[in-house]
Amino acid sequence: MTSLLKTPLGKIHRMTFWTAVFWIIMALGLTATVIRFTQGLGAATNLSDKFPWGFWIGFDVLCGVGLAAGGFVVAAAVYIFHLDYYKPILRPAVLTAFLGYVLVVVALLFDLGRPWQIWHPLIMWNPHSVMFEVAWCVMFYTTVLALEFSPIVFERFKLEKPQKILHAIIVPLVILGVILSSLHQSSLGSLYLIVPEKVYPLWYSSNLPYLFFLTAIAVGPAMVTIESFLSSRTFRREIELPILSKLGKVTAVALSVYLVLKIEDVVNDHLWSYVFTFNLEGLLYWAEIILGAVVPIILLSYKKTNRSKKGLFYSALFVVLGFILNRMNLSVTSIEHYTGAHYFPSWMEISITLMIVALGFAGFRLAVKYLPVFPKEKEANEPLSKTFDVVEFIGDKHEHTTVLN
Amino acid sequence: MQHYGILIDTTLCIGCYACEEACADRWGFPKTDVHELSSTKNTTVLTVNDAYVPRMCMHCDVPTCASVCPVGALEKTDEGPVTYDVSKCIGCRYCMQACPFDVPKYQWNSANPKVSKCDMCHDRIVAGKKPACVEACPAEARVFGTLEELKQIAEKRFAENPANYFPQIYGIKEAGGTSILYLASKPFAEIGLKGNLPDHPLPSLTWAVMSKIPNYVFWGGTLLGGIYWITNRRKEVRDLEAKLEQMENTNPSRRISNHEQEN
Repeated sequence: MTSLLKTPLGKIHRMTFWTAVFWIIMALGLTATVIRFTQGLGAATNLSDKFPWGFWIGFDVLCGVGLAAGGFVVAAAVYIFHLDYYKPILRPAVLTAFLGYVLVVVALLFDLGRPWQIWHPLIMWNPHSVMFEVAWCVMFYTTVLALEFSPIVFERFKLEKPQKILHAIIVPLVILGVILSSLHQSSLGSLYLIVPEKVYPLWYSSNLPYLFFLTAIAVGPAMVTIESFLSSRTFRREIELPILSKLGKVTAVALSVYLVLKIEDVVNDHLWSYVFTFNLEGLLYWAEIILGAVVPIILLSYKKTNRSKKGLFYSALFVVLGFILNRMNLSVTSIEHYTGAHYFPSWMEISITLMIVALGFAGFRLAVKYLPVFPKEKEANEPLSKTFDVVEFIGDKHEHTTVLN
Repeated sequence: MQHYGILIDTTLCIGCYACEEACADRWGFPKTDVHELSSTKNTTVLTVNDAYVPRMCMHCDVPTCASVCPVGALEKTDEGPVTYDVSKCIGCRYCMQACPFDVPKYQWNSANPKVSKCDMCHDRIVAGKKPACVEACPAEARVFGTLEELKQIAEKRFAENPANYFPQIYGIKEAGGTSILYLASKPFAEIGLKGNLPDHPLPSLTWAVMSKIPNYVFWGGTLLGGIYWITNRRKEVRDLEAKLEQMENTNPSRRISNHEQEN
């Protein structure tokens, strides 16, 4: 607190900086939006007949859905497994998941060639299509998340009756949410099962659905951890370290099983020659395995690092970056190898993605400001993650503390 | 119904591009000298290793594109052609991503885009006519007929001119079989036809997973419900025990009196 009061000038400067960044992103994003919807995908993106799926599918959808997995992992832990110690992170996790899914749908509206027909899977069925299943799961799960989140809104406005109704149906709702999540998290991997000759061998596996599911289980808690550190910095809300340590163990277990399956792939599919070919694909594969799986498993297994703020934060960061690398490797690197065409997202693809992410941050901030997302009694005593000088979005710390208190 | 198909004999193609022009006429596309499949060219003639190789949608027996399309905009018709219905399409481009032959193309520069690919002139076939490209071909490099007829013609050509042919038909087993069949003078990889495709239809790879979903929903739901019931019961017992303990601690005299009463 005192450190804040001491440097009001520095604080204002930083605030203005992030506000400026936010509005620059919005301006670029909106410009790109206009071009995208008036002139088509070709004018706005670097997509082509050789590269029909790019950054928006690889990052916004494949990564976005995975990074929002914390919602169903924590909801299952609290409601189905009755692990009450996770309760303090339930609301922020569900809020992130809900925002995440809404943003994925927004991203899809950009990526789909005929977005005004996005609702078609509701009435035009093709149960053979993985995409059909993903569409249904995402639609339903977004609805489930909205309902899971709604008690927070009801609480804020003191609406007791809907609160009671929600309380009565929350368990079946969470069970439904877990089933829908496990289905579509894994199905995003199943999307690539049908192109065995297009995906680079290091990333193709008949286990793709399981690999996707396990990495989602691993990255969900990691995102909750990162979020908790950012929030503690921005909103003065602290999540107890023991909870994050336990979450870290969930991640470590999921990643360990994942690693076993990856090794099984190498053995079963005879991938040794690919693994030890240090071309671009081989190097990216090693980067992904070591930085995204081996290092975090080690960090999260050692007591010392698993119980320190820094250790947890960095392991979570590794997990998230490794996860993103994995999804991008499958969706871009390996397809690039197949088509021989190079693909790098255009500035418009990037700025639209940044705009969507920025809207997510803004939405999170607004929700935390006006709704009882974080438990009231858990106020941080000192800036938790002082060492991590990361995102502090458009805003004034003082404002938050006063509003929330 | 016996599926129709087209036999493409690359040994006879003379590279006159009459098929391209007939196709452009039928779709209303511009005629260009760029010989590759695009959103305005549904059939073309490539030149690969000095051979003319006509290319178009392969019209697979079990089409990957139709399997992956979330809204069923692509369909294998009874006659054999795989058709596309733009009124259903949401523009996800999974068909392009999934097609083992990289056939579907996209109108990238339209705000109201369509997927573009050959439909084997489905309307003409239904009306009893040949596809436009076959009708235009002056060299018998494209032959239209039922798949049985086409295989017989191929065998006949092998027998008549064994020196001219690599004695296999491309499309019999590729990706589970296609309605476009190829003949060539050399191995098919040398004229740019993909060799690494499995002999079974690719959709079986996803169906192996998709078909498990109903069971997963049922058993998953039951399992999660069971876990909820068990952990809930444990919690109730735990809470009750804690309560009892608390009562005993705060009111030890009562416990004794209860004990005495029992005696």
